Formats: sequence, structure tokens, C-alpha cells
Amino acid sequence: MTEPPTTEPTPPAEAPPLVRIRDLHKRFGDNEVLRGIDLDITEGEVVCLIGPSGSGKSTLLRCVNLLETPTEGTITAAGHDMTGPDADLDAARRDIGMVFQQFNLFSHLSILDNVAIAPRRVCKTPRAEAEAEARRRLAEVGIEGKERARPAQLSGGQQQRVAIARALAMKPRLMLFDEPTSALDPELVGEVLAVMKGLAAEGMTMLVVTHEMGFAREVADRVLFLDGGVIVESGPPAEVLANPRTERAREFLHRVLHPAD
Amino acid sequence: MDAPTAAPARPRMTPRRRRGLSRALQYAVLAAVATALAVVADWGRIADSFFRFDIAAAMFPDVWTAFANTIVYTLLAFAFGMVVGVLIALMRVSEFGPYRWFATAYVEIFRGLPALLVLFLVGFGVPQAFPGIQYPGGVYGQVALGLGLTSSAYIAESVRAGIQAVPKGQIEAARSLGMSPTRTMITVVLPQALRIVIPPLTNELVMLTKDSSLVFVLGVTTATMELSKFARNELTSTANATPLLLGGLLYLLLTVPLSALARRLEHRGEAR
Repeated sequence: MTEPPTTEPTPPAEAPPLVRIRDLHKRFGDNEVLRGIDLDITEGEVVCLIGPSGSGKSTLLRCVNLLETPTEGTITAAGHDMTGPDADLDAARRDIGMVFQQFNLFSHLSILDNVAIAPRRVCKTPRAEAEAEARRRLAEVGIEGKERARPAQLSGGQQQRVAIARALAMKPRLMLFDEPTSALDPELVGEVLAVMKGLAAEGMTMLVVTHEMGFAREVADRVLFLDGGVIVESGPPAEVLANPRTERAREFLHRVLHPAD
Repeated sequence: MDAPTAAPARPRMTPRRRRGLSRALQYAVLAAVATALAVVADWGRIADSFFRFDIAAAMFPDVWTAFANTIVYTLLAFAFGMVVGVLIALMRVSEFGPYRWFATAYVEIFRGLPALLVLFLVGFGVPQAFPGIQYPGGVYGQVALGLGLTSSAYIAESVRAGIQAVPKGQIEAARSLGMSPTRTMITVVLPQALRIVIPPLTNELVMLTKDSSLVFVLGVTTATMELSKFARNELTSTANATPLLLGGLLYLLLTVPLSALARRLEHRGEAR
């Protein structure tokens, strides 16, 4: 295979990374899930987190917007000092979109309200303006004519696309995806990944926990392999996915890519 | 030749036959009891005590005032109970300790005291301790407070359960969009929690409808009388039980549809 040499994205030296994580530890009781994570993500970069279950991928992702409080370490994200004593988490989270495995759409609200509610209530955007924006966002993710429906009336793939539109409506600088396709029926995975690909192509900075190796290979600028709460491998997908340096990563990838063996 | 294995003399009863026989027996017992009652009871006397249409007719139209007062008292107490109950529920789930302690004490006290005693406290205890105190709306204010306090304790517990039944993911999604804890509660958690607790709240409304009969202890006039007191007055003046029957029927006119509504809402909740 003669693939074009993948170069590490080299940001201008003066631009600070959009996400900077230093010596991050997270303990749940006696269980240390994260054991010292250092990670920089530059603006526009798409980073995929892979690794066996229990490796700390989701915890790492949830620490970035402080859904989990780090036990130790510092995090800055989207220009906000997340772990500092004066951190304004509500303000920071407006700039950090999050997409969950279980969608977590607001079940009592219509699809339109799901997307428009945060701009209206958090940013005090006038209703008409917020709803017009919500319609545009819904159109972007291919959901049209469902504005009045309730989340439960949509398929999982549709719900997840609405969840993406809901996050985008806040105009975030960074998007976090926590296994966004793991709860979907296989035939619905593609439509969600397509939306994510489009987002990446537009230059959105994305941190994605995923088991979709195809997506990682195609879209990611960098793949991180986590195991036991540390980053074991980090590099362009062609490197990490095709030629893992460590035995642990080799085993994991073999299991994921050849589950029947 | 091998002897046939001991065949039962009679074919054993099939389960189906046995069920049929058992049911027939139960019907027979019921019919016997009903017949005995019909024979033993003095029907003339019963009709004379409960079914005097002239007495029932004489209760109109005044009974409508009492009927309306029952509804008004119930709704006033429910309104008070809802507002205070939701507040107490919010305090129960607060992260601020003193709020939680206060709410817990409040619920324990007003759930533990008889509604009658609370009414006495509001009607006579408080005015004695604070001479010159005026309840807004007179007896209506007293009832809202007197019945509402008890009701709010029950409502608070229901709403708290509803708040805790809202999936954690809903809260995480709201917080991830930049909503503050308060904003999350108002916009996402409470609307869903209240939907979850509609069936128990409907039951609470049924309980309140009946508890409004306690209002008589406050001393009511013809204008502020509710159904039970009205029916009892009629019972005294006519020396006949027909007013009780009519009053009872009017209560059922309110509570049976409410109960049916609660059941329907409960089933709708299951279907979701």
C-alpha cells in the first residue's frame, strides 16, 4: 500500500491547543480509572479514543466538560480553565457540545424544542430566532418535518442526529461524542456517522469515543488507544490501527476487527 | 396375559371441570347470602330511612351551595398543597443541608399529624397565639392552610419521588448545554417529574375531596357549609338518613371520575 505519508497536524507554535489535559487522574473509591493522562487537541482536530471497555475512555471524555470531577490534574477546554478555582462550568459547557450514547433527548419536549430550548433558556435568544436556527440545524442533520414529534416517536438514528443538532445549536467550539453509535441498530449507524463526518469536514474539533474503527480510520486525525487508564498509543490512524506498536493494542484491534476468531 | 393396571373406577375430574364446579359453588353461596339478606331485611324501613324522595327534593337547591363549597375547599387546599409541596420537594433534594433538614421535619410533622388536629391548630391554636391574626379569605384561607398543610406533606413526597425518577442522563444533557442546576430543575427535571407523579397527585385530590368534610370544625355558616355538614344538618332536622345518601352520592360524583382518571393516567404512564 502506498498511502500518502500522514503528517501530524502541526499547529502554529503560538496557538494554544483547544483542549489541554495535564496529569489527569480519576478515582472512583479505590478504583483508579484514569492514571495520569496528558493530552493536547488543536483546533479543528478530530481525535478518536479507542480501547477495551473499562479502559477509561468515557471517563476521560466526561472529565473534559467536568461531568466527572477529576481527582487530580488540570484541564482547559475551549478557552476555559475547567479545573481552576474560579471555573464557570455553565459558561464553559456552552462552548463544549456533548453527544451521549443514549441520546438523552428531553422526552417531554418536541424535537424542535429539544434543539431550541438551550439557546432560548441559556442564551436568552428570542423564541422565533432560536426556532429558526433550530430548523436550520435539524435540516443540517437531515431531520425535516419531524419538528412537532416527540423523541420517542423517532428511530434511534434520528434521535441521535437530533441530539447532535441540539448540541450544535449552542455553536460550540468543541464537540464530545461518547460512543454515539453504540446504542443503535447496525443499519442506523451509518446515518449518524455521516453527520459526524460532515461535521469533521467543516473543521469542528471533535473528541470521539468509538468502537467504529472504519470511522476512526477515515475521519480521525489522531487515534488514541487507552488501556488501564493510560494512553498506550497515540498517532495517525494508519499507524495506530494498522501497525500498533504494543501487544495490548494489537490484541484489542484483532478482537475488534475479527470478533469471530 | 398382563392384567390391566388398576384403572380408576370413575374417570378423574378434568381441571376444567373442577374449575367450573368451584365457580358454580361460589355463585350458589353468593345467591344464598343475597337471598337471606333480602328476606331478613326490613325493606320498608330501609326505604323509609334512605329513599325519601320528598326529603331529597327539599334539599335542592341549597345542596348545590354545599357541593360547590366542597369543590372550592378541595381546590384551595390542593393549590396550597401543590405550591408548598413542590417547594418542600425541591428542598428535600437540595444540596444545602438546612433546606433538607427543614423539609424532612416538615414532611414528618404534617404527614404524621391528623388533618383534624392541623385544622384545629390553624382555626383556633394560631389565632390564640397571635391575637388579631386575619386569614386572607376568612374561612377559605383557613381551609386552604388547614387542609393544605397536610396535603403538601404528601404531595412533597410524591414530587420528590418523581424528581428522583427522572433519568440521570436528562440532567447530564441539560448541564452539558450550559444550563445551571436551577435552570435544569425548572426546564427539564420538574416538568418530567410532575408528569410522572400525576397518578398519585390525582389520588391526593380524591383524598382531599373527602377530607374537606373536616372543615365543619372551623364553625361554618350556611354560605360556607360543605357537603358532609350540610347532610348532617338535614339529617338532624328531618330525622331521616336520606340526606346522607344524597350527600354520599354527590361525593362519588366527584371522586369516582377522578379515580378513573388516575387509573387511566397510570396506564398511559405504563404504555410509554
